[in-house]
Amino acid sequence: MDILVCVKRVPDTAENEIEIKGDGTDIERDDLVYSVNEWDNYATEEAIQIRDDKGGTVTVVTVGDEEAEEVLRRQMAMGADNGILLSDDAFEDTDGRGIASILKAEVEKGKYDLILTGAQADDGAAQVGGMLAAMLDLPYAALVNKIEVIDDKKIKVGREIEGGNQELNEIELPCVLSIQTGINEPRYVGIRGIRKVASVEIPTHGTGDLGLDAGSVGASAAKVKRVDYFTPEMGAGAEMLEGSMDEMVEKLIDMLKAKGGLK
Amino acid sequence: MTQLFAYIAHRNGVVEDTAAELAVAARTIDASAEITAVVVGTGSDLDGACQGAAKLYKEVWKFDVPDLAYPNAEMIRTLLVNVLPADAMVLMAHDTFGMDLGPGLSIKLDSAYVADVVGIDGMDGATMKLVRQEFAGMAHTHMTCDTSAGAVISLRPGTFQPGEDADAGGAVTDKSGEAGDVGVKRRFLEVVEAEAGDVDITKADVLVSVGRGIEDQDNIEIAEELAEAMGAVVSCSRPIVDAKWLEKSRQVGTSGKTVKPKVYLALGISGSFQHLGGIKGSPFMVAVNKNPKAPIFQVADVGIEADILEFMPELTEKLKG
Ligand SMILES: Cc1cc2nc3c(=O)[nH]c(=O)nc-3n(C[C@H](O)[C@H](O)[C@H](O)COP(=O)(O)OP(=O)(O)OC[C@H]3O[C@@H](n4cnc5c(N)ncnc54)[C@H](O)[C@@H]3O)c2cc1C
Ligand SMILES: Nc1ncnc2c1ncn2[C@@H]1O[C@H](COP(=O)(O)O)[C@@H](O)[C@H]1O
Repeated sequence: MDILVCVKRVPDTAENEIEIKGDGTDIERDDLVYSVNEWDNYATEEAIQIRDDKGGTVTVVTVGDEEAEEVLRRQMAMGADNGILLSDDAFEDTDGRGIASILKAEVEKGKYDLILTGAQADDGAAQVGGMLAAMLDLPYAALVNKIEVIDDKKIKVGREIEGGNQELNEIELPCVLSIQTGINEPRYVGIRGIRKVASVEIPTHGTGDLGLDAGSVGASAAKVKRVDYFTPEMGAGAEMLEGSMDEMVEKLIDMLKAKGGLK
Repeated sequence: MTQLFAYIAHRNGVVEDTAAELAVAARTIDASAEITAVVVGTGSDLDGACQGAAKLYKEVWKFDVPDLAYPNAEMIRTLLVNVLPADAMVLMAHDTFGMDLGPGLSIKLDSAYVADVVGIDGMDGATMKLVRQEFAGMAHTHMTCDTSAGAVISLRPGTFQPGEDADAGGAVTDKSGEAGDVGVKRRFLEVVEAEAGDVDITKADVLVSVGRGIEDQDNIEIAEELAEAMGAVVSCSRPIVDAKWLEKSRQVGTSGKTVKPKVYLALGISGSFQHLGGIKGSPFMVAVNKNPKAPIFQVADVGIEADILEFMPELTEKLKG
């Protein structure tokens, strides 16, 4: 089975305190730690496991700037066979729909049985996978937490639904699936693994290679635009305890007693 | 102004809470708009859901499709493309069903898509002004959406709270004949229910809940010792379950358990809406987090800016004291 996995380089929210710039135009990006989107790691792991079991190839693709290449190498160090970087100045400020249309152009250059995305990325829109599927006229399932290959024509997939229940579907290949965390345990990539793929050639495709009209992507084509980042006026918020750890814990114990939180 | 539609999710003949929330959101887009509720399903469950929808919306379109006893999003997308005007504005909930349906629907309707909206600031001509969050809730954004060719907007569950509205006394129109062919390449098989675990966190009065801030599997023990000292039960956020450090039955949230404790200790949990969505009954919430900007501090009653690996042993110690 030939599998394409779409991955995105994002600021790691577990590692960073996100600060908004004074003028609200962006977040402070200077000291941000970037990594591969958490969900995409599960997607890559799943693709590698299917390939190891059934044969075929795993290709990872990303739309981004030059620095995005590092996430492709990381996923290749995990075991993906090929990487493709989709990069062009014209791609800047493309909305989710535009990203899907760029990915669609790349998908059509190859032949894939299965296309995986993460369920969502840093802005939590959870949209690119479903859009890509619809653009390609392929069947889709979101929030997939189980894949069982039946034969080369169809697979059985589990979708996560509310309450931790799972919806099972049979879906025809080729198809697009968005992968939910917890479907597997993504393998660890050490620095040695990354070094091994450091010199592997990664092709870069831009608008010309993809046969895309520069006007169909980028900021001008976006129907949905971000105006600014801001910090909302919230309600009172939590009463923050002050003092030494010792004092804070003492105060908290009094509060917990009052609220019936201690037996 | 294009016509407004609300896609109504329902289960066992009862509309989801989000049905009322969509009506609230629709009125913030256009206070005078006639909003049409779209309800898809079959049999008596569908009838029940339509009755529920008619209490909230003046106009209800009913689609009875026997193949849609279970809401297969791919089939429902095809149905909606068959029946909606191309420039429709469609509202739905940003839940596991909405995520399955919304993005593809926007492509097939050739309209704009904005997901997981937490605020609507109204219209400026055909431009809708919206509020979203990014980076796990750590940043808010104002957005604009060009709705001139229609739009699909998904709303974060729980954010558009309905008041005590009068019964809309809506009329249900059976439109089943217009549904068209909804055959697709994805066939629903069955729903597998979540497994019951060793403890029932939904029954606990006091929960010591740990998130990714626990950092290491070995530290779970520290939380267990604290819970024991408090007479509490250990629960957790999703990454702890994904990492297999605790059982799925301990997970609080929309894809885990809904809990109603008296006291909730959120330790090293950032406060995502999917996590908070599993906490009901407004417990006394204490958040401990080393990041003073963590969104959890906006919803907790009491906050402590600290490393939980220092805080937990200290509290345990003092309680045993
Ligand atoms: C469809 C769907 C369903 C989901 N369902 C659920 C669900 O049911 N339940 C759920 O919980 N999530 C769910 N999620 C995931 C959710 O979006 C968040 O990713 C998750 O809740 C984050 O968990 P967290 O707060 O533990 O981790 P993070 O967001 O990574 O936060 C960790 C926090 O710990 C703090 N921290 C780190 N180290 C320390 C330390 N030593 N001391 C103190 N603080 C520290 C950090 O500052 C941070 O605020 C779902 C997601 C999707 C897409
Ligand atoms: N720039 C990108 N390049 C490649 N894949 C992407 C990109 N943006 C989003 N995706 C894919 O789409 C998924 C969902 O992202 P989103 O719709 O932005 O929340 C991600 O997990 C990726 O798999």
